[in-house]
Amino acid sequence: MAIKKAAKKMPQKQTRSKAKPKSKAKAKPEVKKLTIFIMGKAHKVPADATIMGAIEYAGYLIKRGAGCREGFCGACATIYRIPGDYKIYTGLACTTLVEDGMWLTQLPVIPGPKAIYDLDKLEPNVAIIQKLYPEVFRCVACNTCTKACPQDLEVMDYIQAAKRGDFEQLMDLSFDCISCGLCAIRCPAEIVQYNVALLGKRLYGKYLSPKSPELKKRLIEVKSKKYDKEYKELMSMKKDKLKKKYYDRDLES
Amino acid sequence: MYPEYMRPSLEKVDHSRNKRFELAKSGKPVFPSMSAEEREDVLTKFHPDYKTESRRKIRLGPNKGDLITTEVADMLESHARIKPEFFDLSSPDYETDILIIGGGGAGTAAAIIAAQKGANSIISTKLRLGDANSMMSQGGMQAAITPQDSPTRHYLDAMGGGHFKNKPDLVRALTEDGPDVVKWLEDLGVIWDKNEDGSMQVLHGGGTSRRRMASCRDYTGAIILRTLMDEVRNHPDKITVLEFMPTVELIMDSKGQCAGGVLYNIETEEYFTVKARSTIIATGGYGRLHIRGFDTTNHYGATGDGLVLAYRAGAKLMYMDSVQYHPTGSVFPEQIAGFLITEKIRGAGGQPLNIDGELFVFPREPRDVESSAIIRECVQHKKGITTPSGRVGVWLDSPLIEMLQGEGYIKKQFPAMLRQFIRYGIDITEEPMLVYPSLHYQNGGIEINDRCESNIPGLYVAGEASGGVHGRNRLMGNSVLDYNVFGIRAGKNAVPYAKSVKLGKLTLEHISKYEQALKRANIKTDRIAPVLLPSYTPEDVRKRQLTACYEGTLR
Repeated sequence: MAIKKAAKKMPQKQTRSKAKPKSKAKAKPEVKKLTIFIMGKAHKVPADATIMGAIEYAGYLIKRGAGCREGFCGACATIYRIPGDYKIYTGLACTTLVEDGMWLTQLPVIPGPKAIYDLDKLEPNVAIIQKLYPEVFRCVACNTCTKACPQDLEVMDYIQAAKRGDFEQLMDLSFDCISCGLCAIRCPAEIVQYNVALLGKRLYGKYLSPKSPELKKRLIEVKSKKYDKEYKELMSMKKDKLKKKYYDRDLES
Repeated sequence: MYPEYMRPSLEKVDHSRNKRFELAKSGKPVFPSMSAEEREDVLTKFHPDYKTESRRKIRLGPNKGDLITTEVADMLESHARIKPEFFDLSSPDYETDILIIGGGGAGTAAAIIAAQKGANSIISTKLRLGDANSMMSQGGMQAAITPQDSPTRHYLDAMGGGHFKNKPDLVRALTEDGPDVVKWLEDLGVIWDKNEDGSMQVLHGGGTSRRRMASCRDYTGAIILRTLMDEVRNHPDKITVLEFMPTVELIMDSKGQCAGGVLYNIETEEYFTVKARSTIIATGGYGRLHIRGFDTTNHYGATGDGLVLAYRAGAKLMYMDSVQYHPTGSVFPEQIAGFLITEKIRGAGGQPLNIDGELFVFPREPRDVESSAIIRECVQHKKGITTPSGRVGVWLDSPLIEMLQGEGYIKKQFPAMLRQFIRYGIDITEEPMLVYPSLHYQNGGIEINDRCESNIPGLYVAGEASGGVHGRNRLMGNSVLDYNVFGIRAGKNAVPYAKSVKLGKLTLEHISKYEQALKRANIKTDRIAPVLLPSYTPEDVRKRQLTACYEGTLR
């Protein structure tokens, strides 16, 4: 029940990273294996392995193609096909499970040009997108980028937001982007979506996010050395006294 | 999806949730927090550091005779990858003002500051720029920014969390610079979670007396580091990034000053020399050494390389016997074993529960205490839940968060966690996660002062590679702050030094001396360090790799 609902919230699209439920804690005589083709070469690997685990199991020492190994860094972009299916699938090697007959390769790097800019001299408007990333306006709204995204982000929608100069939506929809580059490598308009998103987010953070009045006040206090005396007291305090002060301190709920 | 046999326990968690919700909502403590004596007791009995085999005396170098973590001692008592006679240091391959070793948070922050101050730098990084633990921090960054909080309160919390072993000058730097860092990052374009009126959204972390965790949903590190990386790439004239080219030794000069490093291209297997007027080590931590056999939350390259280079050159290490285990690493499903479950889950009201659905510890003790309490619950009280592969863990009740903070909160604030588990058919808005402590952070490191200077002139250290800031235990959110505060300080201080220093003749003599010291200490080993990459090749494959030694020096 729970899963059905959740799956609706986060559709799997083409990433096919669905896990097979693990069998019960019965006696497991041996590891169940299946065959995958790593860069075209057949290897027998554990059936419940991630692609990254399978590559290492097969004996490869990964140099390019592994980073955080937890789905945050985007180093392990992988493309694959499944027997009897014409589609090209995309996924992160660290979080996608192997499937029988999977035919895969990692992408060691994505050539993705980045505009050079001085953020202090930019303004958050559509003209800046036109200037720095004009190819954004070649978008044909084919949605291939969205289908390729291993994070299930609405990539095409944030590119549309960039075209409109809607930086808030661009920021919000691209917030979880991990710059793996799979969108860019599939895009028929040759857009480098993740770099457009990064520019959009930086502009939003710097110019459009509401500013904190409390922070401003605190910065003035620190600058005027307001805490200097207290620091000196704490830093010269005997350990026992400091310890007592620590355990006696009140806690905000 | 959880196996059927866990259902009865999951039902107990469901059953106890309403009562726990009522208590949490009342504002009263959900569980008594431990006294100093209770903390001491659970730590000495259950923290992995306190097992006798966890530490041993190191037999050479600046910390000779000190007890340090066994795996680190093994790594430091290793041979160098290179021989000094390989290199002609009179014509280095690169020359620069600052060599920055490591392309994570501290390294990129230092490079940005150095560029602003007109200095040239080279970032030498083992993997890609940004392949670092900084990228993976989820929950947030501490900074005393609310009216009811103050930098000195933050100081007191950090000292207590570190068992009062922290270096006071470093903790002052950390906490007093905090608000500035929030502003600095926002000016660079970091998107902090805000309330309607623009004030920062802040949550508790383990051991905080005020809500002071600033965050970017649960992609805090990813947002910050990608911003810093983008800024680094906006200065190609000042900052040269050398990827897949780790520094494997420091270069010294005839006056005992640090003068650059030897870099190794891990793809073409060439070595290069860099002459630098100052050097910053920002290599991060060592989770991939899998200390005590623990799974780790750390990135692929976290092998403590900076410790090795610095130690061979004569830098002093501090608290190198203190390891941080994050209380909540994932234990189920098997594919994500060891993965980080952010402390923000507990900051937002999530609770650790035993097999009977009972809360057994205050959910926000400092990390070492919380981890030890979880280990005690599983090992001594036998109230853990065993997974099909034989791991053990406790529940981390996330559905409670939706009750406390409102429906939709998890989707908005924990997109990474939701995504991590939904892939395996577990919806954390409706079911808890199964967790156990996971190797997370190097509490100790190379000793520095508040200018990031080590005891070697010209050698600066920032971030996880340094020691003393966090004492013997770091609090949540203080590492993101650490790499920013000290990355900035390292950059600021390395620039004027680089501009004034007069370098003598370059030398790698310290490596020969270290080899001699190994011999004198009668240490016989075929280990080579820095480690660079961990190996996950299965044993049977390794046995067939008969000539692996020809395939570079990585294996």
